[in-house]
Amino acid sequence: MDNLFNRKYIVQGLFIVVALILLGQLFYIQVASDRYFLSANSNVLRKKYTFPARGIILDRNSKVLVQNEPVYDLMVTPSLVKPFDTLALCRIIGIDMKGFYKRFNKAKTQSRYQRSVFEKQLSVQTYASLQEQLSRFVGFETQNRTVRHYPDSVAGQFFGYVKEVSAKDIDESDGYYRPGDYIGKAGVERQYNQELQGERGVENMIYNARNVPQGSYLNGKFDTLATSGETLTSSLDITLQKLGEQLLKNKVGSIVAIEPSTGEVLAFVSSPTYDPNLMVGRQQGNNYMDIFRSPNRPFTVRPLSGYYSPGSSFKPLDDLIALQEGVIDPNTTFNCPGYYWAGNHRVSCEHVDGNISLKRGLARSCNAYACNVFQRLMTQSRFKSKKASYDDWIGRVRKFGLGSKLDLDMPFERKGILFTSDEYTKRFGKYWGYTTIISLAIGQGEMNATPLQMANIMAIIANRGYYIKPHLIKAIGEKKDVKKEYLVKNSVDIDLKYFDPVIDGMEAAVNSDYGTARDSAIPNILMCGKTGTVQNPHGKNHSVFVGFAPRENPKIAIAVIVENAGYGSAYAAPIASYITEKYLTGKLSGNRTERAEWMKNQVVLPDPPKSKFKYDPKKPDTTAKPAPAAIQPQNKIAAITKTTPITK
Amino acid sequence: MINQQGSRFFFNVDWVTILIYIALCSIGFVNIYASLYNPDTSTLFNFGSNYGKQLIFIITALVVGFSILLVDAKFFSVFAPIIYGITMFLLMVVLVVGRKVAGNQAWIPLGSFRLQPSELAKFGTALLIARYVGNFNPKFRDVKSIFFAGLIICFPLLLIMLQPDTGSALVFLAFMFPLYREGLSGYFLLIFLGMIVLFIADFLVPLAVLIPIIAVVGGIFIYQNKRKQKMMFSMILTTVIAIAYLFFVKVAYEKVLEPHQRTRIEIMLGLKTDPKGAGYNVIQSKIAIGSGQVTGRGFLEGTQTKYGYVPEQSTDFIFSTIGEEWGFVGCSVVIGLYVFLLLRVINLAERQRSSFSRVYGYCVASIIFFHVFINIGMTIGIIPVIGIPLPFISYGGSSLWSFTVLLFIFLKLDSNRMGFI
Repeated sequence: MDNLFNRKYIVQGLFIVVALILLGQLFYIQVASDRYFLSANSNVLRKKYTFPARGIILDRNSKVLVQNEPVYDLMVTPSLVKPFDTLALCRIIGIDMKGFYKRFNKAKTQSRYQRSVFEKQLSVQTYASLQEQLSRFVGFETQNRTVRHYPDSVAGQFFGYVKEVSAKDIDESDGYYRPGDYIGKAGVERQYNQELQGERGVENMIYNARNVPQGSYLNGKFDTLATSGETLTSSLDITLQKLGEQLLKNKVGSIVAIEPSTGEVLAFVSSPTYDPNLMVGRQQGNNYMDIFRSPNRPFTVRPLSGYYSPGSSFKPLDDLIALQEGVIDPNTTFNCPGYYWAGNHRVSCEHVDGNISLKRGLARSCNAYACNVFQRLMTQSRFKSKKASYDDWIGRVRKFGLGSKLDLDMPFERKGILFTSDEYTKRFGKYWGYTTIISLAIGQGEMNATPLQMANIMAIIANRGYYIKPHLIKAIGEKKDVKKEYLVKNSVDIDLKYFDPVIDGMEAAVNSDYGTARDSAIPNILMCGKTGTVQNPHGKNHSVFVGFAPRENPKIAIAVIVENAGYGSAYAAPIASYITEKYLTGKLSGNRTERAEWMKNQVVLPDPPKSKFKYDPKKPDTTAKPAPAAIQPQNKIAAITKTTPITK
Repeated sequence: MINQQGSRFFFNVDWVTILIYIALCSIGFVNIYASLYNPDTSTLFNFGSNYGKQLIFIITALVVGFSILLVDAKFFSVFAPIIYGITMFLLMVVLVVGRKVAGNQAWIPLGSFRLQPSELAKFGTALLIARYVGNFNPKFRDVKSIFFAGLIICFPLLLIMLQPDTGSALVFLAFMFPLYREGLSGYFLLIFLGMIVLFIADFLVPLAVLIPIIAVVGGIFIYQNKRKQKMMFSMILTTVIAIAYLFFVKVAYEKVLEPHQRTRIEIMLGLKTDPKGAGYNVIQSKIAIGSGQVTGRGFLEGTQTKYGYVPEQSTDFIFSTIGEEWGFVGCSVVIGLYVFLLLRVINLAERQRSSFSRVYGYCVASIIFFHVFINIGMTIGIIPVIGIPLPFISYGGSSLWSFTVLLFIFLKLDSNRMGFI
């Protein structure tokens, strides 16, 4: 049977074909594709991270403003858990049985064999009582990490807060962040997150199929140690900051104080504020909502995002420009009949001064004087059109930092409002002139500035012609590196000789018997300043004061805004004087201590308009400074004031 | 009588096959050692451990193997029906007294030792098939001889299905090759192949598409052969049966197969992924093998092996150790050794004077072939998970001994090929 003998080859051929099929698949998974090779590594290798301590933040005198406190995460490995007294565990960490099963099931869904967080951030006390009994709870263990602690409980908006990363943060970080990591979400914590967070350490561990670690990969060749974050030295003076917050207690407003020679921000007060410690720990989420819902929006960082018309505090700047342009000299006088007619529009003064010059015009905050100066600026013969003269003028105003961001080292700075001539044309049509925009003469109308910008203008005048970018962190790290940009002097192109006449007027505003802020004069210190009373459509006038001190070799430039507090001399000026005196002498003289105490106790809150948010008075108010009953719900947009041009 | 044969014995035994056999057993031992290796406790010769036991199994298997070479060749032919009868009896016994291991009632406990009758049934059946062909020289062209051969094969097959041990039962399909060699029509193999193709197609392609395709293909085939009136009927019948088979598979799949078997098939066909459940073995095994790349990670260096990622690694999934630690090169060597062994056994079978020896040789090659194909195919994901061992390499005494007996009986018959059986 020869043909049957040939079947041998068919059978043998089949064996070979099948062997080739096997080899083909083997070639594919072993040689052609590296997918399995990579999967094998991800099977075995696990990265174990060690978290560095976040960098601490010091005040300008090296006092610790932020430190790290140990907390303990309770971890669970579901597969290891044996039946135990769950109620005891619940009691220790303060949850109920429902919460227990919720957490346990969540951990189980994540992985039966891998550790996951059962309860986050147990306090040291809880940890201590838990530790005693931990042996009863098989499968549970603790892992320590650190959270922020702010010993002075002040400057909430300055610090911002640290929070667990969101899904978006993880996406945007190119895989750097992992669920459970923390990141600065606001304030300095956000701005300097990179410097503060440090470098986490990695340990490459080998795990077996039962998820039991089997030692380090290649003897730790690729392991790194955690490096803690950089120490930041902030420019804040914590005593000043505290005093500022106390003075603005139960008021809505802002204080910014700058050291003119360096641009360092000495005080950065935004009121209402909150205790930054509330944004730490297990109650962070609840506290966040409470603060978010409480009146007058404590999360708003008013110094850099509050919009206020500068009002009369704009006048020194305008006079400087007028002097530089040569449209007035210090002795130029204008007649003040108690008002100024701009076309058919009347700008009124609080007083009738007759012929008035620069010094007195500033000291008494004469609107008629300011309008006349503005008229001259806008009608210079050397410009072919009104538009050209406005463009020239607004260009000079911008040099002082208005209408653009000062690039403060803090997120969410706003640039303020200044109109270009085109915007006016758009609004008023082709025919507009100085009478149309006369409000600008007295710092109102289409002009909004942040308290930071106002304080910076004072720093410019204090420096006689330049500013250094204001900043909150003056040095980074142990070596105290200072950023180069904080050494650059930004000139405003006003000649030195024009400053003294203006400063004379500002000195008189505080230190003469006819000045608007004469009640706020500081004994033995020449503070130069300017009041502002900014009317706004949402309620009473805002009280504004800007100034610097001492006159020669100034050490502090300041802007104070108290919303709806009336005259600039009533609230803002005294507050500024207390802060200035405290900073320069370390104390308040004479009866000024009592007057400051009185100020601290004043309650000046906006009228309660209809609130968008439902405010339940039965709910305990958890804002940092427990507000007295006088606190009422407040319109969400109260702080961004649109003002009408009537000012003093 | 043994002494008389002694002189001829060493000349006639095929030492090449024995060398391959020893090579495979050694590869097995090395890789079992690697897959059970624990850096803290392992010493090479530790008889308390499983690789130590495997060493004992190999030594005893060699003793058993060489003992078989000393037995008179006629014994196997003469006692074939009795051996078959005993193994069938054991298959029935196991259904009554057997111990359930992993869902299969496949083991008869004998003290500390466990007997797996399905392993014995393989060479029992092989012997009886060989004896049947040797005695009656059927050409498998008539229904009667096909029926008898089918009966011999299907009886143990069904008994094993009752355990239920589908994997071992499938191996009995290997007996188609010796029958084919002896004259069974090649159509049986083609039909068998067609059934597998249709079975897979049934899952991947909806019936609404599949039936027209078969009808059209059948139609074209019939149209082209329209002159051959004789074939017309069988061609139409084939087409109809093919379509009916599709429906049958759909129903049988749901009613007959166990859920875990269905899952395994669906995973193999890529219809389902279940990396943590039923698919875990295959995925981990593929990862381990794939991570070996060209030259492998080296002996005792395989991370997947060392850290226990592949379940059943020393037994059914031993090939993943070879793949990870020895790479594509190592896998090729092992597969090459098997192919060499199979071709050698077929060649040896063809030089037999008695059809008993020839058929038995084909049976041996076919059984080993099925085991190798299914086992390796399963570890690299081209065949659903069917738990049968890799011959001579997988850990376990029962399997090693039964393959040794299977092979050495043939070597004995071969060494005696000049004599009469």
